[in-house]
Amino acid sequence: MRPTAPSWLKVLVPIKRTVDYAVKIRVGANGVETAGVKHSLNPFCEIAVEEAVRLRERHKKDIENITVVTIGPPKAADVLRTALAMGADSAIHVEVKDGVIVEPLAVARALKAIVGEEKPDIVLMGKQAIDDDASQTGGMLAGMLSWPQANFASKIELDVAGKSVKVAREIDGGLETLSMDLPAVVTTDLRLNEPRYASLPNIMKAKKKPLKKLKPEDLKVDFSPRLETVKVEAPPARKGGAKVESVDEVVAKLKEAGVL
Amino acid sequence: MIPRISRRALTARSVVRPTAILPSAHRSLSTEVDLPSLPSLYALTEEEEMLRDSVRKFAQEVVGPKVYEMDEAEQMDPAIIKGLFDQGLMAIETDPDHGGAGASFTSAILVIEELAKVDPAVSVLCDVHNTLVNTVFRKYASKELQDKYLPQLSADKLGSFSLSEPGSGSDAFALTTKATKSEDGSYYTLSGTKSWVTNSFEADIFLVFATVDSSAGYKGISCFVVEKEMGIEIAKKEQKLGIRASSTCVLNLDDIKVPAENLLGEEGKGYKYAIEILNEGRIGIAGQMIGLAQGAFDKSVKYALERKQFGQAVGLFQGMQMQFSEVATEIEAARLLTYNAARLKEEGANFTKQAAMAKYYSSVVAQKAAGRAIEWAGGMGYTRETGIEKYWRDSMIGKIYEGSSNIQLLTIGKFITKEHS
Repeated sequence: MRPTAPSWLKVLVPIKRTVDYAVKIRVGANGVETAGVKHSLNPFCEIAVEEAVRLRERHKKDIENITVVTIGPPKAADVLRTALAMGADSAIHVEVKDGVIVEPLAVARALKAIVGEEKPDIVLMGKQAIDDDASQTGGMLAGMLSWPQANFASKIELDVAGKSVKVAREIDGGLETLSMDLPAVVTTDLRLNEPRYASLPNIMKAKKKPLKKLKPEDLKVDFSPRLETVKVEAPPARKGGAKVESVDEVVAKLKEAGVL
Repeated sequence: MIPRISRRALTARSVVRPTAILPSAHRSLSTEVDLPSLPSLYALTEEEEMLRDSVRKFAQEVVGPKVYEMDEAEQMDPAIIKGLFDQGLMAIETDPDHGGAGASFTSAILVIEELAKVDPAVSVLCDVHNTLVNTVFRKYASKELQDKYLPQLSADKLGSFSLSEPGSGSDAFALTTKATKSEDGSYYTLSGTKSWVTNSFEADIFLVFATVDSSAGYKGISCFVVEKEMGIEIAKKEQKLGIRASSTCVLNLDDIKVPAENLLGEEGKGYKYAIEILNEGRIGIAGQMIGLAQGAFDKSVKYALERKQFGQAVGLFQGMQMQFSEVATEIEAARLLTYNAARLKEEGANFTKQAAMAKYYSSVVAQKAAGRAIEWAGGMGYTRETGIEKYWRDSMIGKIYEGSSNIQLLTIGKFITKEHS
């Protein structure tokens, strides 16, 4: 029998702990109030974890390892546990002190260092976090690594033997399909999948899975912020609109508003 | 809503909360005493918290949309039952060797509570299967019966607990269903009628209590594992006031043959198994009731804070605020009674009185909270479409099944008498 070279793939899934999407955001004197507010796994990160687990279900032993990593305060370990309960194999927690601001640039640098250590074949991550909506980390990371990237993925097809990946992306004009050689960075969008609920047996197993703790100094990365938040304010309260009966009325209203 | 608290390292089973023992014989005025810092009843292990969050999402997103139609149709959606099995929620305490999660008893209570916040009918299906059926197998069945049935109960076979009969409810051990052993001892013939059997329409595995010797009174009662195909007939499906999606049927056992190996435990010990299991099952019902109360409360208060009359949200009027606070306090008290009973059981301590108190009180609070919830939402509370009135209809069963309120009070009374004489 002809021996085939082993072609197992390692998947790295960076995730973030954010304010829960269902929470009603309140803006106080110091910006968005986060103390005591429910936090959970960022929805796009959750989709990334789910996709990684589905890749394993599809490709079975070809997926050697799914590692999740987060850069955040001590409580961020919660989302690592959730991801382990969804099916990830191991977790890395780069722990920063409570209140320390970690910007996308710092995250990208830290991930570059971790990629150097873990040597994954694919970095699968959320397209953006719902707290800052920055949508920067994936692109920055790909740039730093000089890896190909596909963002806003709505479908991912892995070719293990060929060490490449085909990604369908949602763009304004429709769907664009990219084919990239691995290693690559892929960021997930809403319609990629619907994440599973962590089943009880998997929640119980999660505790036994390895969770490595690192400090920013261990990665030799500069975490200092480059941005200063000047002002945060809630959007103005919505004023009621008006109903019109005809096209002429619409035109008249637009002229009134000075836009025509 | 219970806030997330900072967790101390806890493992469910190994938490033994010691009673604080103060050093005696110290007459000094020093008040420096090293007491262990004991966690509040809100304290959950990491797994319990994760489980609660996961079930909460599952309940809201998967069960929620189906509640109204299941209640109107008086039928449990098979997809919901399958969903519960797939999530591992039908084998919560069962050992992983038998396909279960090996989680704590409190985990089961949390699951039941979270499901009840959305649908008390789905909650009781899960409760009976876990706290009555699974636990009887785990505690009293032989290894052979455990190895045979627990994996099935973990995978996809629904269980049912059949004790009551038309002639025996509170007086449970006056049951008359007969189990006659065959000449060669290889099988029993069961004959009789069972009533009020929860889950029976969908169940495959039944725990049936029958008497092998009616002259021996309660000492003749034995527990049998009966599979549906052995000949259990659904004589009638009850039309109920509440938890309508939960099937409640009258069963006919018409000389059905049950293999002798399916006698669970020992002949004549059935009453003991039933009494002991209903003790803990009681805490499960308490969990269902507090979930129900909270679900009704949350739905109605949210509405009251949005609904404007006389220029402001009706929920902000003082009268309403005071009513909210009263009910919230009662729900909190009922919840703490329930959690404490659950932890007492986990500690291996005596919990019969506390379980009876939890079940009794939770059912009272549930009915009150659900009733208020309708009032607070006015007309919207009264229409079936909104889903608030359903909680009130569902709540009434809490005072009736798994030991009526009067029976609970008698149980508690016995303890009081003993403690004071």
